[in-house]
Amino acid sequence: MAGTTERPTGFGRLKRKEDPRFIRGQGHYVDDVTLPGMLHGAVLRSPLAHARITSIDTSAAQQHPKVRAVITGKDLEAQGLAWMPTLSADTQAVLATDKVRFQGQEVAFVIADDEYAARDALELIDVDYEPLPVVVDPRTALDAGAPVIRDDKDGKSDNHIFDWEAGSEEECDRVFEDADVTLVTQEIPFQRVHPAPLETCGAVADYDAVTGKLRLWCTTQAPHAHRTLYALVAGLPEHKIQVIAPDIGGGFGNKVPIYPGYVCAIVGSIVTGKPVKWMEDRTENLTSTGFARDYLMRGRIAADRDGKIRALRVDVLADHGAFNATAQPSKYPAGFFHIFTGSYDLEAAYCTVKGVYTNKAPGGVAYRCSFRVTEAAYLVERMVDLLADELEIDPVELRMKNFIKKEQFPYTTRTGWVYDSGDYAATMNEALRIAGYDELRKEQAEKRARGEYMGIGCSFFTETVGAGPKKDMDIAGLGMADGAELRVHPTGKAVLRISVKTQGQGHETTFAQIVAEELGIPPEDVEVVHGDTDQTPFGLGTYGSRSTPVSGAATAMVSRKIRDKARLIASAALEVSPDDLEWERGRWFVKGDPEKGQTIQEAAFAAHGTLTLPEGVEGHLDAEAVYDPPNLTYPCGAYICVVDVDPGTGEVKIRRFIAVDDCGVRINPMIVEGQVHGGLAEGVGIALMQHIAFDDQGNCLSGSFMDYLVPSSMEVPDWELGETVTPSPHHPIGAKGVGESSNVGSPPAVVNAVVDALEPFGVRHVDMPVTPARVWEAIQHGTTRPPQ
Amino acid sequence: MQVPAPFDYARASSVDEAIALLERLGPEARLVAGGHSLLPMMKLRLATPEHLIDINPLESELNYIREEGGLVRIGALTRHRDVLASEVLARHYPIVREAEELIADPPVRNRGTVGGALCQADPSEDLSAVFAALGAVTVIRGSGGERVVTMEDFHEGPYETAVGDAEMLVEVRVPIREHGGSAYEKVKRRTGDWATAASGVALWLDGANVGAAGIALSAVNPTGIRSTRAEQALIGRPPSEEAFAEAAALAAEDCNPATDQRGPADYKRHLAQELTHRALRRAAERALAS
Repeated sequence: MAGTTERPTGFGRLKRKEDPRFIRGQGHYVDDVTLPGMLHGAVLRSPLAHARITSIDTSAAQQHPKVRAVITGKDLEAQGLAWMPTLSADTQAVLATDKVRFQGQEVAFVIADDEYAARDALELIDVDYEPLPVVVDPRTALDAGAPVIRDDKDGKSDNHIFDWEAGSEEECDRVFEDADVTLVTQEIPFQRVHPAPLETCGAVADYDAVTGKLRLWCTTQAPHAHRTLYALVAGLPEHKIQVIAPDIGGGFGNKVPIYPGYVCAIVGSIVTGKPVKWMEDRTENLTSTGFARDYLMRGRIAADRDGKIRALRVDVLADHGAFNATAQPSKYPAGFFHIFTGSYDLEAAYCTVKGVYTNKAPGGVAYRCSFRVTEAAYLVERMVDLLADELEIDPVELRMKNFIKKEQFPYTTRTGWVYDSGDYAATMNEALRIAGYDELRKEQAEKRARGEYMGIGCSFFTETVGAGPKKDMDIAGLGMADGAELRVHPTGKAVLRISVKTQGQGHETTFAQIVAEELGIPPEDVEVVHGDTDQTPFGLGTYGSRSTPVSGAATAMVSRKIRDKARLIASAALEVSPDDLEWERGRWFVKGDPEKGQTIQEAAFAAHGTLTLPEGVEGHLDAEAVYDPPNLTYPCGAYICVVDVDPGTGEVKIRRFIAVDDCGVRINPMIVEGQVHGGLAEGVGIALMQHIAFDDQGNCLSGSFMDYLVPSSMEVPDWELGETVTPSPHHPIGAKGVGESSNVGSPPAVVNAVVDALEPFGVRHVDMPVTPARVWEAIQHGTTRPPQ
Repeated sequence: MQVPAPFDYARASSVDEAIALLERLGPEARLVAGGHSLLPMMKLRLATPEHLIDINPLESELNYIREEGGLVRIGALTRHRDVLASEVLARHYPIVREAEELIADPPVRNRGTVGGALCQADPSEDLSAVFAALGAVTVIRGSGGERVVTMEDFHEGPYETAVGDAEMLVEVRVPIREHGGSAYEKVKRRTGDWATAASGVALWLDGANVGAAGIALSAVNPTGIRSTRAEQALIGRPPSEEAFAEAAALAAEDCNPATDQRGPADYKRHLAQELTHRALRRAAERALAS
């Protein structure tokens, strides 16, 4: 690993500006916000998954000496606020009025002098429930006679949400008919998981009745989108709403939606005239906020005998819980799932996705994932391994044989994506080199002969990130373009204002480095302002690995505007034509006379000084830009996982994990590596231990970190990282985004490795999470659960 | 934030005072030592004691590991960390350190106590099985004096022990015996998790044969932690793969695991057999080397 003693003036390894405050415990999170006279709210939640509310008696709670107000769904109904829109054109109850539809659903909100009293008073509220039959298994959600969960919707007589398809069924059928080999998988679930950020969700609402201004400190990844939605829903004027996202302790998609607690805090502040804080606890976060995945997938693959993959077809049943609270572009109800063709050059592809309601928490959000890309990558990478097994071809060789070739880019997939760039074979080869793949296979053969079970799993993913072009993509009608404003002060120090919001990604460092690279000034001279809607330009926020692809591009573009303006100022100062000036890092100089020039700092002072500026050039050195991406970016990666399985106990030990990522140009390689480490750890957690599980009555069984397991350093290996760099041709600095890649790419590598280890037992698939119990069962049942 | 229901708090400055407080405050009072089981349950409002009696001030009285009179005596307020670090325990009973290394994580081990672990009597708890395998006894004190109770009688069931409302566990006594070996085997889903299944084993040789044996399982039985039939199957025979297999099969046969998120009952039953077999193998190696 390269040293960090040399401080880059642009791109390069640089410790994060954010680190000192986080390392010292000096971060400032929503729960650190304390305002004079602030009250505390707590949410009463449903103990049942499906029940009619026959009565709510809040009188005892109201009489608690420290309680200031108790709000129920009926109170909100009077204001037209009992229901709110989700980010997927559905509605969600803020506080239940008619029925509760999942265990943990919000029923009432207590506001008290302190959090202890608020929680004590919850126990004084008496709710009568009439239990209703529940729908837990999405496979039964559309059965005739299944209880209708969303009878709040006019004329709704079933639990169907949407049907969606992409690609061509006809072409797919044709290829399947004449292919040498076709393989149909069993149902492959990507289980319900939860992003589980260490900071739970919460808000402090402060409504000033005199000025009419609402200030909301909130755990949000998308402060501007939230502001607009509050304006649209609550009828508050948008210029009187200030959403502030202070330091955020991890988001991973969980902090994209608007949650009922935020709305309750706002209503509570309006009702009481005091600031109201609401912070959910761990159980509330795990059981009521945006879950992820929960796709039941069946794949079909058609290939020639020699291993040329010809077509893929996938049919998905998607469990969205009680309210469809997915956050994704409105054109795509199943997100970007149709990227399931992965990294392969195919003749045909077709997918269908059917969304249904169940009596479970609403979602699902894109957990460190660009809108269902993770589910798609998992499925295709499992299918390719199953095909390799069927054809008795090495899984790496099969991938190599089918990769989209470097010269085919830009490549249009059978489902309509235009991949920008990639050199998949080079990326794969780099992973094989680091892993020592051939030696690993030899070691495996030797171990098998001794009765030891070692597995080698490979995955190769293509991500689609940086949503997205306004012509195709919006969230709740808002186009997915982002703004940036750059102001260079007279002394050459700069302030960059961006619409995206870090939750740990290091924006304050990365974005300063982009400005530094473009203007040739030190990154520490660039202050990055973000997370406050009163101080930053509009944009859709940080998720879907979109910050660098969209806001990073806006930052480069606004820096270039500054550079161009500095050229005009330099031309006036140096009394030459702008055309006679040439740029070198940090400075315009006169062609043929390099001694004569002006730095950005000098230009900044001149712009604010007494210099007579050329006609049409306004003073100061400021600029604005809005970036509407012409296309998404397509990072990729090759991952290899090596596991040792103890067949006596079913325990899986990840011995090695090699991750070669190609995210285009790397702005700060240290931050990229940190992102990859985090996503890999999450991926291992998903693959081996995580599941938001329910019993047959819809009781959530995973409501704490005792039951919803997060991997520790003891469960992960020392990551072995590598890189290839294929710049994005359409992005101003060639960067593609990397935040999610490792979470997307790692689960199939882990599962493929375990299945590979268990091959001698005839095992061809094991569902996630691959717990010791599942591994042991797979060994016992051997070939009894092969693909059908 | 998870916040507990209202409760009163008292600090005891001696064991006698703690017992007097328990008598005075009645059955809604609970002792708190490390608090790593009780406090999370209170924050989730699964436990709502009206009074907490803090016994952490009793360190000097109840935190000790002493070798005397053919016994190792362990004070009830001895922290997991001290048990893990104890050379005396490691020398006499390797099972103890093996188990402690697999209990929770350092923050829990720094505060959690032997007495707390045994009195919480979680069915997946490790030390109950360890001490049962070693044939330890517990010392319970009340205002009327002390009584000595075997581990089997101490552990009455999940979250149930022989300690009465106005009594407290003050000591665990482990006999020191020659020619012994012990071992602990545990499967868990991740570091810090409770056991999916665990097996604690101790063997003592009498010449070439097994003279005495202790086999106790964790997480696979709602009640009763010792596997007597498995122990009997070893006694009077030389330690051998055949004997271990037989004993391990009996241990599995006699356990009664429940299906839960850690795995189905048949998997846990298999683990009871597999882990007991592995532990027996290692315990016997140690006994033979002693």
